Amino acid sequence: MTPIALMGALEIGLIFALVALGVLISFRILDFPDLTADGSFPLGGAVAATLIAGGHDPWLACGFGALAGAVSGLVTAWLHVRLNILQLLASILVMIALYSINLRIMGAPNMPLIGSPTVFAPFIGEALENSWLVQPAVLAVIIVAAKIALDLFFASQTGLAMRATGANPRMARAQGVATERMVLAGMALSNALIALAGALYVQTQGGADVSMGVGTIVVGLAAVIIGETLLPSRKLWVITLATIIGALLYRLLIAVALNADFIGLQAQDLNLITALLVGGALVLPQLKAKLRRKGGKAS
Amino acid sequence: MMRAEQLFKTFNPGTPIENPVLRGLSLTIESGQFVTVIGSNGAGKSTLLNAISGDLFVDSGSLHIDEQDVTRVPAWQRAGMVARVFQDPMAGTCEGLSIEENMALAWHRGRSRGFGRAIRAEQRELFRDKLAMLKLGLENRLADRIDLLSGGQRQAVSLLMASLQPSRILLLDEHTAALDPKTAAFVLELTDRIVQENKLTAMMVTHSMRQALDHGHRTVMLHQGRVVLDVSGDERKQMQVSDLLAMFEKTRGEQIDDDALLLG
Ligand SMILES: Nc1ncnc2c1ncn2[C@@H]1O[C@H](COP(=O)(O)OP(=O)(O)OP(=O)(O)O)[C@@H](O)[C@H]1O
Ligand SMILES: [Mg+2]
Repeated sequence: MTPIALMGALEIGLIFALVALGVLISFRILDFPDLTADGSFPLGGAVAATLIAGGHDPWLACGFGALAGAVSGLVTAWLHVRLNILQLLASILVMIALYSINLRIMGAPNMPLIGSPTVFAPFIGEALENSWLVQPAVLAVIIVAAKIALDLFFASQTGLAMRATGANPRMARAQGVATERMVLAGMALSNALIALAGALYVQTQGGADVSMGVGTIVVGLAAVIIGETLLPSRKLWVITLATIIGALLYRLLIAVALNADFIGLQAQDLNLITALLVGGALVLPQLKAKLRRKGGKAS
Repeated sequence: MMRAEQLFKTFNPGTPIENPVLRGLSLTIESGQFVTVIGSNGAGKSTLLNAISGDLFVDSGSLHIDEQDVTRVPAWQRAGMVARVFQDPMAGTCEGLSIEENMALAWHRGRSRGFGRAIRAEQRELFRDKLAMLKLGLENRLADRIDLLSGGQRQAVSLLMASLQPSRILLLDEHTAALDPKTAAFVLELTDRIVQENKLTAMMVTHSMRQALDHGHRTVMLHQGRVVLDVSGDERKQMQVSDLLAMFEKTRGEQIDDDALLLG
């Protein structure tokens, strides 16, 4: 694999690290199986692309993209908390609604951003010769900042209350935690991160596409699962680190698999590989436990 | 002080499995009083405690804690007034969080939560001192996951957690039922100590007549969602377990009579 291909894999891996941190909050911390991601990721992209194309500052566009994602997470949580709709179903409803909304926002199925300013542009030379290095570097700074902010938040009084809400809501209420509000806030935070990833993604890809969200949730989940399989821990700062490593590793594996001509894989096989990978990562811990039990019997 | 007046609660109303659990229950507990609660399975003891904590709302009747009407106040808003320890050791603590994180959650019970650090150095010291009182060696395991503790250790920590902040009433629902006799005795002794030291108003549900008479100042028996026996003072002091058992049997006998009436 060429260095440029490697950095390309890293770049997408970093973007999906943000998605994975969002998925970590919904699936793991709040115990809320949330598929909104497939809609909130392109939502962030659509909002950012539209604003950038309209001549607005790209950082501002990212901010509004994230904000839109927060609102979508809020709606999913509200459907569940207030209207008692099943979590999975609530998120699917929001996800498909967002498909229409994203089309409305962009006014077309796709929106090119060639030559428009991006958050990366100020660091890139005129001939675009260093963009393959600059983009991952800027993204790495954003991911590290997001990780540290999340670690600090989950060590705070409110953050701890949010973790308790996911782990034992009845106990959390008995300690005075407004669990419904925590679910609303946590889901907003989760989808804000995912939409921010979408907003950055369109700026690395040179445009937004309404179908760019397909499979986002599976990739995010894959990263979370790979991370916790490789680096199992209960410490939150380790868990967020593992999640980021999981996302990077996942994209590297995919890149290697696609680059190895002898395997004969093509880009359209991506979703199949992902499904196999997630399936494998889910079975691995059980397999390990089984082997350990067998080993114990033999000795 | 806690005042419950004419509480009614029916589960699954209007269905074939309709179950009237609280049927006009009234009970007043003065400040500083420690009441033990007995009654057969399904008498409504847990339901009463859940109504007091706000885990469920009653259909009718009123609940006051001190002079505040809390009948329609959700559980999390009552948390500053109500402390509780659950029967199931898993229920009262947060799996996956460490001992100190669990205690930090309880330390903020009924207080507003901001974005400051949940556990600061002085709190860690306080938690360590409190845990040392248990003499279980837990003071050196602050960062351990709480699910590594045994059921008895978890109940002991739950009790400590319930006493980290003042409360108007402490609810204990068979909190020693899941423990072996020796550990149960230890947790009970700890309960007495914490209630006395903090002069707590408390309700303790138990299935042991012995415990019901040996602990606290007053004993009430629930039956079919009402208080059918209420003893305190000298009357209670002279009471033997056998007397209580006899009354317990009598109420159960009545229940059978009721059923016979229904069938006949
Ligand atoms: N959430 C609920 N939904 C439906 N029925 C319930 C619910 N909670 C309790 N019940 C029913 O209410 C009745 C009283 O239950 P409760 O838990 O108050 O009894 P209890 O006196 O605590 O009994 P035990 O000694 O077995 O703990 C039981 O018949 C129970 O099945
Ligand atoms: Mg009960």
